[in-house]
Amino acid sequence: MTGPEPRVERLLREHAPQVLGAVMRRYRDFAASEDAVQEALMAAAQQWPREGVPDNPRGWLIQVASRRMVDAVRSETARRQRESVAALEIGQVVAAASVESAPDQDETLILLFMCCHPALTAPSAIALTLRAVGGLTTAQIANAFLVPEATMAQRISRAKQTIKGSGVPFQLPTAKDRAERLSAALHVLYLIFNEGYTTSVGAGLQRLDMASEAIRLTRSVYELMPGDAEVAGLLALMLLTDARRLARTGPNGELVPLPEQDRSHWDRSQIAEGVALLTATLARGSVGQYQLQAAVAAVHDEAARHEDTDWPQILALYSLLERMSDNPIVTLNRAIALAMVQGPAAGLELLASLAADGRLANSHRLDAVRGHLLELAGQSPAAVSAYQAAANRTTNTAERNYLLTRAATLRESQSEATLDRD
Amino acid sequence: MKYILMMHTKGTGPYQIATWPKKDIQAHIAFMRAINKKLRESGEFVGAEGLSGPDQAKLVRAGADGTPVTDGVFPESKEFLAGYWIVDVESPTRAYAIASEASAAPGPGGVPLNMDIEVREVMSGPPPDFL
Repeated sequence: MTGPEPRVERLLREHAPQVLGAVMRRYRDFAASEDAVQEALMAAAQQWPREGVPDNPRGWLIQVASRRMVDAVRSETARRQRESVAALEIGQVVAAASVESAPDQDETLILLFMCCHPALTAPSAIALTLRAVGGLTTAQIANAFLVPEATMAQRISRAKQTIKGSGVPFQLPTAKDRAERLSAALHVLYLIFNEGYTTSVGAGLQRLDMASEAIRLTRSVYELMPGDAEVAGLLALMLLTDARRLARTGPNGELVPLPEQDRSHWDRSQIAEGVALLTATLARGSVGQYQLQAAVAAVHDEAARHEDTDWPQILALYSLLERMSDNPIVTLNRAIALAMVQGPAAGLELLASLAADGRLANSHRLDAVRGHLLELAGQSPAAVSAYQAAANRTTNTAERNYLLTRAATLRESQSEATLDRD
Repeated sequence: MKYILMMHTKGTGPYQIATWPKKDIQAHIAFMRAINKKLRESGEFVGAEGLSGPDQAKLVRAGADGTPVTDGVFPESKEFLAGYWIVDVESPTRAYAIASEASAAPGPGGVPLNMDIEVREVMSGPPPDFL
């Protein structure tokens, strides 16, 4: 399956949320409008490269989507002999120009809030956001998640039913709900980014670049809400993390950990943009989780060599984060920073209390970090077993390969009895 | 015709990759990646998955009231499914050839493992005149 040419594809994705917003404003039915817009986007993807991009692309899309909407309502009506379809009353297709005159920037936000509705599971919210706000086709999303297209279509359709059932009106959340809904939306964008970032390893399949898609969506939210510190923080976090992408995998798709990355492959301009964004945001006062995570990423990015990393600052940032959120993964990261500042014993002690807490009992990450700290402490045999335990538990192939290799390296250096540690 | 190629490895036998030397682990991983790449390039690749370790496996069946009853874990089982490929090939002979190539993945010291690969044809839909 070949997509449309990149220029057309970019144009379509940019217009998608506003087109959907306009269609929804007229017909109210989110699920049906979303389907109609999807069809219009696919029609454009076929026609525009052949016949040229229309002078008013958005108007064209709105018009085609509206026609589909009317057709769908008519055929549904005919089939079911149903008379009370309110949408038909306003079924006349309004001239595209008059629609164009009312561009409403808020619509992208309203859509995002709807797609990231708290009633949805994370995978559903992600899929729906990519389709309705990101303007991607079901096939592209299915491909990105390596599931059959029919499965993804069903997931999206159920998500829309859930939203319909929840009776959320198509408007911005009230002031009371707004902060909560925004944080749910940002979380979905964050998950899309992570999905892209962690699966970008290897394979070399022609898959949608979800990390870039997440950055694009977050950037558009940032442009609509430049004053929100956490939106800026999330965008900065993505830019500062994604900047290391090229250095993160080796020639055979193997994971390269931070200390061993070739820092000349980091994207300097992306780091500069992220740092500038973060600096401007932190100067304004209120500090949230994404800003703190972005600050950690910035400290790493700004170290010329791994040895130059400002670990005391990272430790301070993780301590702040820990106070803000009761997340065991944050504590896990703090244990690494603590080990780098006060020595591995201090880090291992913190890990022991984390193990007793039980929330990470079934996660491979606790063992992976324990292996790392034991290795730092020179306790090779224990480190090898911790790495192997983590390798047995992880469900990510690249990570498993990394852990196995790490354990093997350690075993070999042990048996050679050379204590030439980096 | 589609075939599933199921790679069985011994629970306590030679496929104990965690205990291999580093260069052998790397050679094994590179070999598996190369097989998948070749299958994609030849247009025969349908899917392939590696499974997480058998020490996480559970047997599940419905209890009297319909709630799941789980049994396990089975770290000491003699054989387990480590992963599978699904390929779309011209003939069973070709499926056997692919299986045999995968079977000879390198193990410790680069020696071929010659693992058991179970090859089964995937059922297809009824022919058009059946409908």
